[in-house]
Amino acid sequence: MFSFFNNKKAQSLKDLPPFWKEYAAQFSQTKPINEQSDFVVLDTETTGFDYNKDRILCIGALHLKDSKIHINNSFEIFVNQSHYNAESATIHGILKNEPIVKLSEYEALKAFLSYVGNSVLVAHHTKFDLTMINKALERHGLPSLKNKSLDTVFLYKKSLLRSPLIERKEDYSLDELADKFNISKKDRHTALGDAYITALLFLKILKKMKEKSGPLVFKRFF
Amino acid sequence: MKNTISHRVADFLKNYPPFNMLPLQVLEDISLEIHIEYLEKDQLIFQEEDLPHTHFYVVHKGAVALSKAPGKEIVDLCDEGDIFGLRPLMAQENYKMTAITYEESILYAVPIGVFKPYVLKNKAIGTFLLESFASNTRNPYAKNHRGKLYGEALDQADADLVPLLDVQQVRRSKNIICCEPHTPIKDIAQTMRTHKIGAVLVLDKKLPLGIITDKDLRNKIATGDFSVQDEASKIMSSPVITYPESLSVTQAQMGMMASSVSHLCITKDGTPHTEAIGMVSKHDIMLSVGNNPSVLIKAIQRAKKTKDLKRIRLGIMKLLRGYLQQGIPMTLTTKIISELNNACTRQIIALSLKKMSSPPPCPFVWLAIGSQGRNEQLLHTDQDNAIIFEQQKDAFGHNNQSYFMSLAKKINKGLLKIGYDYCPAEMMASNPKWCLSIEEWEQHVKQWISSPGKNEILLSSIFFDFSPVYGDSSLTDRLTKTIFKSLEKHPIFTTHLAAGALQSPPPSGFFRSFLVEQNGQNKDNFDLKRRTLMPLTDAARVLTLSKHIRGINNTAERFEKLADLEPNNQELYMACSYAIKALLKFRTKQGILHNDSGRYIDLKSLSKEERLKLKRTFKTIKEIQELINIRFKVSQLL
Repeated sequence: MFSFFNNKKAQSLKDLPPFWKEYAAQFSQTKPINEQSDFVVLDTETTGFDYNKDRILCIGALHLKDSKIHINNSFEIFVNQSHYNAESATIHGILKNEPIVKLSEYEALKAFLSYVGNSVLVAHHTKFDLTMINKALERHGLPSLKNKSLDTVFLYKKSLLRSPLIERKEDYSLDELADKFNISKKDRHTALGDAYITALLFLKILKKMKEKSGPLVFKRFF
Repeated sequence: MKNTISHRVADFLKNYPPFNMLPLQVLEDISLEIHIEYLEKDQLIFQEEDLPHTHFYVVHKGAVALSKAPGKEIVDLCDEGDIFGLRPLMAQENYKMTAITYEESILYAVPIGVFKPYVLKNKAIGTFLLESFASNTRNPYAKNHRGKLYGEALDQADADLVPLLDVQQVRRSKNIICCEPHTPIKDIAQTMRTHKIGAVLVLDKKLPLGIITDKDLRNKIATGDFSVQDEASKIMSSPVITYPESLSVTQAQMGMMASSVSHLCITKDGTPHTEAIGMVSKHDIMLSVGNNPSVLIKAIQRAKKTKDLKRIRLGIMKLLRGYLQQGIPMTLTTKIISELNNACTRQIIALSLKKMSSPPPCPFVWLAIGSQGRNEQLLHTDQDNAIIFEQQKDAFGHNNQSYFMSLAKKINKGLLKIGYDYCPAEMMASNPKWCLSIEEWEQHVKQWISSPGKNEILLSSIFFDFSPVYGDSSLTDRLTKTIFKSLEKHPIFTTHLAAGALQSPPPSGFFRSFLVEQNGQNKDNFDLKRRTLMPLTDAARVLTLSKHIRGINNTAERFEKLADLEPNNQELYMACSYAIKALLKFRTKQGILHNDSGRYIDLKSLSKEERLKLKRTFKTIKEIQELINIRFKVSQLL
């Protein structure tokens, strides 16, 4: 626990493990982002909302390319955590000692990085999921994620009309938007199930934006 | 490894054939290899002569239209759980059809490599696919196309020589209506009545011996030549003309002409010496050759499931399109199409009543309100309906409303299935506010008329165009009387109604002042309904109510009646009648073009001539609004 790696300061570049270097190398070239880009839509289930105290229990993610989702290329990993919060268990339904295959946090992160590569990350409330992942990376002495990311809440708000007559809320929950876009809420509160709902939401919001203002300019969304 | 999404997919597939014939474990394995595609409306999936994809498709959400070529007539519409694009993969040939999303859709693409082993291994699945593909569509071409699951089965793709096996026929061939040679004729006539059919096969040990048709009953029984107690063999026409299953439309037509009969029998090998497996009537041929109103009406009345009606509706749309193209007068077109739409509704009601555990506790009437009530609904749009029932409580003091609400729920759902969207304002009979006893309705309309606020006027303008569709119309007569009585007592209501009719003034001119909706998806489009149709229907309503004209709901007819009654305004009223017809036609054409309600018009898509026509209606609307303003002294209200 008190290893050198857990020191707040990240490891110097050359000390970083090979899998990180492989991951980071994919960002040496910047490529333009458009509708045909690789997207990874993800969701995490956590023990709670405290970035420092709470931990990731599950990461679910799927690849989206040309509006297609390949099921056997989806990602669902459960993480072994010593910290556990009984309250949040009522939401995500992951029990502490549930007999499912779980990885250590380090292995989970390793698998996740190799899965996402340099794709654009998409989530609902992206900041939360990415901060949780970055905090975990930090605990293992690794730098933060290098991927570009999009947030379906932000995109939805952007897709709305600008009019003083329309009441714009600050925030929109996944449930609320799933209802608005008529997406079935089956498997809500499983990481991969939520990722799937988010993916459909993402596609539908892009469609709505295209209807409203023509071809998408992704640059404006970051 | 299984995951949440593959579970979800398997869970969906297990409800639909042929996947429901596979063990869940296998479905899970297949699901893992599927990819999910999200497609917007009108996106091309594959085109005729394209090389086959590595996947076939299952519709998860939305709908996909199959046609011979893009923009051509739709051959089949696949919705939730339907499979398409499988046959070419099995036969290893190019696509014979074009598939385009009809709505925004989510598709599951199943890799053929994963699925094929199960089809070859599992005979039930193979047979199922062959059979179901053969019966899934009314269009003979599609039938032919889909029937060839294994490529070698049939090879006569000639457009004129397509096997005739449409839905009704296949269904009937499984359950042939027949009798024995010694069955009494009376029994046969009763059977024919029950099944609503015009002919019965006389079978002897499953072999076709003869046939008895309506004509035989007329020529041999009604004339007194034979008695109703006689046996079937006495009056049957024999021998029966038999054909094999691979009979084509043309062959069938020629066969009927040659032997001047209207029914052909299908046997196993095409001779009278093998088992009878089906019958083809002129009616079936007409269905597959083209659509005509009387055939459609019959098909509607015979429909046993909502799904059948959905298919018939495609035929109605085809008919409508034909009428518009051929320039059939709008008055006639509206009459025929609304009658067909009403027949669909009536059949849905009849089917729903059958599903109820008990018959209705008291007489009731199903009302179409709004545009349906005015018989102006050509395309399927929203549902607007209500129920009036006779007594509030039954003999035991139970409230009757709950019975009619649960009936209405079934009906509303059925209507939704055949293409009427739920009314966003909930003006539907399954809403407790729109499912009331006659007394409650009377109280309501009295209250609306005596204290007309904005809401009351709006409600009245929708509700007062009611017309009975099903049930006891004496209830609607009673309500109409109440309305007119209250109107006499409260003349101010008419003024309010008139004010309501003036709420949306027509656009005054072109381009610069062409009123285009300000926001939303239809930003650049013109709201045809609000700007032109509504002002005219509102005007017609208030004018006819003030003249105490009853029983005419159709806006064009209302104006014609008004023209009769007021010769000095005849020219204007006739112009209004013309305008509403022109606008309805416009709306319907636009709706068909864009597969929507036709409410919003893309101005850029209009030809100069169309714009001129539209402009002429604006002028008429302006004039009728001026007339209303003066006659009802609306300005006093303001």
